[in-house]
Amino acid sequence: MTTYSFDAVIPIVCVILAGLVVMLAEAFRGRGEKMPLGGLAVIGLVGAAASSVLLWNRNATSFGVVTADNFALFLNLVLVAVGLMTVLITAQTADRDKLPAGEFYATALFALVGMMLMVQASDLLVMFLALETMSIAVYVMTGIRREAVNGTEAAFKYFLLGAFASAFFLYGVAFLYGTTGSTSLDRIGTIVASQAMAPNPLVLMAVGMLLVGFAFKVAAVPFHMWSPDAYEGAPAVVTGFMSTGVKAAAIAGFTRVFLSALEPMIGYWAPALWVIAAATMVLGTVVGVQQTSIKRMLAYSSIAHGGYLLLGLLAGSDVGKASILFYLAAYALTNLGAFGIIALLGSYSRDNDNLRDYAGLWHSHPVLATLMALFLLSLGGFPPTAGFIAKWYVFSAAIGAGYYWLAIIGFLSSVVSVYFYLRIVVMMFMTDRDARPVPAPVTGIALAGLALSLAGVLYLGVLPSQVIEWAQASVATIF
Amino acid sequence: MLALIPLLPFAGFLVNATMGKRLPKGVSGGLASVAMLAAFAVAASQVWSLMGMAPEAREINQVLFNWMATGRFSLDMGFRLDALSAVMILVITGIGSLIHIYSTAYMHEETDADFARYFSCLNLFVFFMLLLVLGANALVMFVGWEGVGLCSYLLIGYYYEKASASDAAKKAFVVNRVGDYAFILGSLLLFWTVGSLDFVTIGQTVKAMPVETSFGVLSLITLLLFIGATGKSAQIPLYVWLPDAMEGPTPVSALIHAATMVTAGVYMIGRNAVLFEHAPITLGVIATVGAATAFLAGTIGLVQNDIKRVLAYSTVSQLGYMFLAMGVGAFGAGIFHLYTHAFFKACLFLGSGAVIHALHGEQDIRHMGGLKKHLPVTYWTFLIASLAIAGVPALAGFFSKDEILFDTFRHGHTALWVVGVLTSLMTATYMFRLVFLTFHGEERFDPATVGAHGHGGGHGHGHDDHGHDAHAAPASHAGHGTHGHGGHLHDAPPAMALALIVLAIGSVAAGYIGVPHALGGHNALGEWLTPVFALENTQQAPPASLNAHAGHAAAVEGPMAGDAHAAEATAHGTGAAHGDPASGETHDETALELTLMGVSSAIAFLGIGLAAFLWIRNRHIPDQMAQSFSGVHRLLLHKYYVDEAYDAAIVQPIKAFSIHGLWKVADARVIDGAVNGAGALVNAASSALRLLQTGSVKTYAAGTFLGAVLLLAFFLWR
Repeated sequence: MTTYSFDAVIPIVCVILAGLVVMLAEAFRGRGEKMPLGGLAVIGLVGAAASSVLLWNRNATSFGVVTADNFALFLNLVLVAVGLMTVLITAQTADRDKLPAGEFYATALFALVGMMLMVQASDLLVMFLALETMSIAVYVMTGIRREAVNGTEAAFKYFLLGAFASAFFLYGVAFLYGTTGSTSLDRIGTIVASQAMAPNPLVLMAVGMLLVGFAFKVAAVPFHMWSPDAYEGAPAVVTGFMSTGVKAAAIAGFTRVFLSALEPMIGYWAPALWVIAAATMVLGTVVGVQQTSIKRMLAYSSIAHGGYLLLGLLAGSDVGKASILFYLAAYALTNLGAFGIIALLGSYSRDNDNLRDYAGLWHSHPVLATLMALFLLSLGGFPPTAGFIAKWYVFSAAIGAGYYWLAIIGFLSSVVSVYFYLRIVVMMFMTDRDARPVPAPVTGIALAGLALSLAGVLYLGVLPSQVIEWAQASVATIF
Repeated sequence: MLALIPLLPFAGFLVNATMGKRLPKGVSGGLASVAMLAAFAVAASQVWSLMGMAPEAREINQVLFNWMATGRFSLDMGFRLDALSAVMILVITGIGSLIHIYSTAYMHEETDADFARYFSCLNLFVFFMLLLVLGANALVMFVGWEGVGLCSYLLIGYYYEKASASDAAKKAFVVNRVGDYAFILGSLLLFWTVGSLDFVTIGQTVKAMPVETSFGVLSLITLLLFIGATGKSAQIPLYVWLPDAMEGPTPVSALIHAATMVTAGVYMIGRNAVLFEHAPITLGVIATVGAATAFLAGTIGLVQNDIKRVLAYSTVSQLGYMFLAMGVGAFGAGIFHLYTHAFFKACLFLGSGAVIHALHGEQDIRHMGGLKKHLPVTYWTFLIASLAIAGVPALAGFFSKDEILFDTFRHGHTALWVVGVLTSLMTATYMFRLVFLTFHGEERFDPATVGAHGHGGGHGHGHDDHGHDAHAAPASHAGHGTHGHGGHLHDAPPAMALALIVLAIGSVAAGYIGVPHALGGHNALGEWLTPVFALENTQQAPPASLNAHAGHAAAVEGPMAGDAHAAEATAHGTGAAHGDPASGETHDETALELTLMGVSSAIAFLGIGLAAFLWIRNRHIPDQMAQSFSGVHRLLLHKYYVDEAYDAAIVQPIKAFSIHGLWKVADARVIDGAVNGAGALVNAASSALRLLQTGSVKTYAAGTFLGAVLLLAFFLWR
């Protein structure tokens, strides 16, 4: 028994420490003094990654409420990648946007702590704490440009609605506790399984409420409404961060709760989730078609991607779970790359995120335009990019589990979604530059971040076997 | 070695894409062409070593690396060369090379950067096409399948400043995407049914399965794959993109229509011949769709006035023939026609390019005529290719088309055969309408255009409509250049002429590889392809015979006939009625084949004669006909209003749904944005507080709440 072992929380502690150090460094920083705050954050993230790798296959647990199974560790690595990309891009945009760098990095790190804890939690209360830690940090990040009106607006909306959804989640936990007397997923699972034939109505209520809570964080229809506004109002870096990190953490929690503790109830929640997944895929793509703001367009695209992820969750099989992990990795790398480019092309006074702003980008920023095109192709699911393999994997899991109609809906929505990814490509390559000011050239560290992201996208597209193997190993050992 | 074939064009793409801007045209165009020629050389050497092998063992495999391995699913990034893909790579690299060479002259007026962009896309296109053809499993094929779609998008939209070009590009892409998704859905289902995506494994596994006489999973898979094929190969209902695709530069049309892309669907069905043979229902659909497409596209081709548009519809129509062949189980005949068609269609398109080049962008055949004496090389090559496509005996198209029609008839599809013959009549007619209106008769082209070039030699003379503005100016000051118009027309420059002549020779000679037995030949191509289809058939025959009629057990004689009959038996089950298949090439069959040949030759000459009668002798008759049947004429001219119907039935509803339906409901910002958006911008300080009172958050919260209530209600009352 390793009940009081600290092993499982080491990755989280690394990030917490980094967050604290960054915050202190910022506090003691003299006016005008330069400090490598981003570097400190990177050290913490690398520590988290290294400890996650070292914990691989060890199935460590701490305090009975935090687990470090391979499923969690795989996602830890994805989250670290999200954090690293965010730091690398921010290193270039922080000064330009007059962001308080120290606060930004510290908040981002704390958000990551919440995400990692959410992924590792094996107890519903801890998961709720993690959810709140993550959410509150992300609310702050959304509104971090205090002088930007739409940023503040977005943060406020996000906060109000998020609080609303958290209440649902907490009620769900309370109901479960009321009927089973426990908040531990294992324990709940055993009890729920014993009464799966004739479930207590309170348990059904709990399932419904938890479904609402998770669906909100995943931005699934009809609980998605906050996300276009929040994604559009937040600085592009933050949008990239939350559209990948928050989504990954939420999907992970969703998967863990619904495919372990609540799996016996699958007959009850699967039909509801079926409808939610279908609606999410369709709405995300169809509404996305009409957008003229690229950030908003990608916000809807990320709603749709949430729908594809739910497909993997519904499939429920080992293939389904592994496909979720792979999809999250592929999607995170791709989406971060795309939002990174949007961030780099913005300026302090305006975001430059209108479709027209991308006209003829190919002529002024050939490298960025090419990278963006590749990221968009990956989002659209073109071979040989990560997005293609990920979609293939998820859809094949869905078909394997007999969800033919859902797979067909997914395919069709995917066909439609290509249309709006394509619009951006058309703008960049096949439209002449009009008189708008050319955004500043991109250099150095941010470009390195994008290059890493692209390398990941191509690696996962061309040589996905290794990562798929890891994803399978991640789900083989647990629930 | 095999990997080198696609990698050479890919290398060409990389060089031109990265530093093409700084390279002079000679270098970038030369590089692209050399890459293609080298790929052709490698392909030829590989095919040569393939020929040295025993017929049953003709297969070269190369696995680059393991692409994906997930549990029981393992997939290699692997290439496979066999008799079937050998034909394809020779066509693609061979004709592709000629088109590259032609392009170096045709595109010479572009800037260095555009020139490099053009050639890098062209090379990339060929790369993906080779990937498609060489792929050893459905997923590698799919990479190429999607890739050619993407590249066709870039190439069709090459003149992107022209709205029609970028629209056409988008249309091609989106329509193809629909097909692609059917394809991938089919592959997924195939994987879950068969357990593999490797073509050989699929063939072997399916062989052991019973033929599906009623609709089942194999029928579904093959139907989905076929929908994919209709997208790439421009069949009903997804053919609409191909005619618009001529918005691209003319050599691109030649590449898309002849050597690559559109052949992909036909090839894919040939590749999975066993699978399709096990789904006779799908085969029936394929044959019907193919014949219908051939016929409808032929009727549209009769009235079009744009030289490239006529050719485009003729491509759609000829592809219909290939699908007809596939559908009646005559896979060899389908591939044969694919191969001969590549020559004459490339020749025709490049020839039309030479005409357009000479006339500086004129594409309307009503404004041509009498070009015969000005453009001799173009005229003669175009004529030869037209004779070939019309099915005049001794030219390439005759042999392949005849084989298709013969097989169709022999298998009892008399109705389809009639459609095929009628289409053949139309083909001859509209092709020679094109020849006569373009090259014969009085000269109807605008002297100013031609004169302008004669005197303003230094001015860029754009073609393909592109650059009309560029030569509008020279045309205006060329009033003194109108004398002796036509004298200044110049024929294809050497690089273009070379390609035309080689292709014209091919249009004559290519057919001799498959001279039928009835004419004393021994159908070398058919024999060459036999192992691909028959290896899959030798074991397939027994279940078929069990299924259909017992006397069919020895179906392994004359290979092509055997395989065709096996399919036939499965398709009809009543096959015993017409001829004993096991007896092979009987006298009766030879006589029948010769009769049918006579019919099709007569039809070809009839069509040409009809065209001569209508458009040389009595030019008023077509006009009168158009007037007295104005309804039909308009219907054909507007291509049966299919584009309009699609727009009204699919495109507009999605847009409307998206704008008026979902977005308004789902995106509350639109509703309240007008109300509070402006105000919020004015007063930043109070905006946070004000937002509390806006409809927005309320709307969102209400939505969330409503969703939660619905969900909980569902859980409690289910």
